[in-house]
Amino acid sequence: MTSDPDAHRGRPGRGRPGRDGATPGPALVVEHLTKHFGGRVAYEDVSFEVGYGEVFGFLGPNGAGKTTTVRTLGTLIAPTSGSATIAGIPLTAESGAAIRERIAIMPESPGLYLRLTVAENLECFARLYELRDVRDRIDRVLRAVNLGDRAKDVCGSLSKGLRQRVALARALLSDPEVLFLDEPTSGLDPVATRDVHDLLTVLRERGVTIFLTTHRLEEAERLCHRVAILNTTLRLVGRPDELREQLFSRNLDVRTRAPLDEPGRVFDGLANVDGWERSPSGSYVLNVTDPDAAAPVVVRALVAADADVLSIAESHHSLEDVYLKLVDEDVEAAKR
Amino acid sequence: MSFSWSRVGAIVQKELRDYRRNRFVVLTMVFLPLVFIVAPVIQLFAIKVQITSAKLDDRIGLSLLYLLILPAIVPSVLSAYSVVGEREQGTLEPLLTTPIRSAELLVGKALAAFLPTLAVAYVIFGIFLGAVAAFAHHAVVSATFERDHLLVQLLFTPLVAGWSIWAGIAISTRMSDVRAAQQLTVVASLPPVAIVALVNFNVITASIGLALGLAGALLLVDGMAWRLVAAMFDRERLVTGRQGGPTRRA
Ligand SMILES: Nc1ncnc2c1ncn2[C@@H]1O[C@H](COP(=O)(O)OP(=O)(O)O)[C@@H](O)[C@H]1O
Ligand SMILES: [Mg+2]
Repeated sequence: MTSDPDAHRGRPGRGRPGRDGATPGPALVVEHLTKHFGGRVAYEDVSFEVGYGEVFGFLGPNGAGKTTTVRTLGTLIAPTSGSATIAGIPLTAESGAAIRERIAIMPESPGLYLRLTVAENLECFARLYELRDVRDRIDRVLRAVNLGDRAKDVCGSLSKGLRQRVALARALLSDPEVLFLDEPTSGLDPVATRDVHDLLTVLRERGVTIFLTTHRLEEAERLCHRVAILNTTLRLVGRPDELREQLFSRNLDVRTRAPLDEPGRVFDGLANVDGWERSPSGSYVLNVTDPDAAAPVVVRALVAADADVLSIAESHHSLEDVYLKLVDEDVEAAKR
Repeated sequence: MSFSWSRVGAIVQKELRDYRRNRFVVLTMVFLPLVFIVAPVIQLFAIKVQITSAKLDDRIGLSLLYLLILPAIVPSVLSAYSVVGEREQGTLEPLLTTPIRSAELLVGKALAAFLPTLAVAYVIFGIFLGAVAAFAHHAVVSATFERDHLLVQLLFTPLVAGWSIWAGIAISTRMSDVRAAQQLTVVASLPPVAIVALVNFNVITASIGLALGLAGALLLVDGMAWRLVAAMFDRERLVTGRQGGPTRRA
């Protein structure tokens, strides 16, 4: 995509010194990390960095290796090769507990003790992190996820959306330096999804460092400062708007009242126009390097050809286009 | 590596809360002891006055042995469930993402099974003694309340429970289904009971020295077992169902 090696490594867009100066440097540094399960590759040669205060999206289809990556960075499974530094601590066979003291993970399924109450679930985890002022903290995180009045509810009686919020509260208990969220909205209905998105937006504004995996594009686009697209290997890392630009030449979308008699004679060879095609809707899509320079030239050529121009506009790609294009490329590559 | 008793305490508290609301556990804790107290009490009440003292001793030994099966079986139900059960209900992964060390988790699980077992076993033994004292023939009473009998019973109850708990937890970290783990654990919990049986029936000549030696050996096994089980504890395998190779055990 670009020749700048750092762009590929995915350096954080913005950095923040560690909280209370505890851990300087990036929140996450991942270099050439690889995990094989026997002969099966879960993910391969993954490298990126995440800065403190950043919400980093890890976007990929099912089976892309997102959960396995989170489990590796969460010290639950050992990488096959490569290295990682989590909250300033290098990942080794001995550093697991030290790393886990500084992070929190919300796994794909909430995993609450269903016979215990919300408060009892949180109390157990607060004690596992050896936190002080357990009552206050529980109150605070429950209020943060709008469950202040549910402390005494038995978890088994809660809806899926509420359980997810309890799991989020549990992950917030220890004020983690890095918060890992593995598909926090998967399986939730639209209302519950919106609630979780609102909560995450608040966390983002508070400057919480979040590593968010998702297969939902709009989620990544909406919540994340930067997004990495994973499909076993890391395909791209960048801000959502950068990704669109990196992957696509820009387009001009030209609508005319009637189809052009000889569109080739109008568009071929125009300055700044690299190519064109007819879209299914009947408009002409022109690949251009600089839309501002190309538009006047195109208009003049159309007028010269006696065409009635209805509109001419720059077309925008959503992240979805980027994503589908990448995943399609992988499918194509697999066929070859 | 720092071992935190407060994290152990968190696990024990969580487990005890969970047991209390788990109908299967509560029923097991109530009915199993009833089964195991009815038989020995009937045994002793059925003893005729003319019985020889050697035979009397055998009968009492059998009754006490029955009572020792209790601390072997009751915790095996809990310990066999301890790890594979959390795995099945999906709570193991969040638990393992906390700073908890494997040894802390395992010791917490073991204590959580040990405490209620000990309580139940001693209470049942107390009820048994009470019933004997109140209703049995006086020869039976004085034979039952013999010092060595009481000592063996009080000493071996926690030791037998300890064995069965560690065997259960070890099996639980390795099995992928609760039922299989429980069946295997029941079998694995019996060897110490068998040894006590041999002593009781004078196959191995009973002496207080032998009993103490045996108790010492069991204590050593119970005390060392957590290291062995912690070394067997493979987070990666527990999370993914696959061998992790040299995984993080910290
Ligand atoms: N325990 C496992 N054993 C074997 N293969 C696994 C295991 N866990 C994950 N995989 C494989 O690794 C790949 C990535 O899985 P995962 O990390 O769960 O993907 P995602 O979370 O992105 O859906 C998949 O191909 C999956 O089949
Ligand atoms: Mg996943």
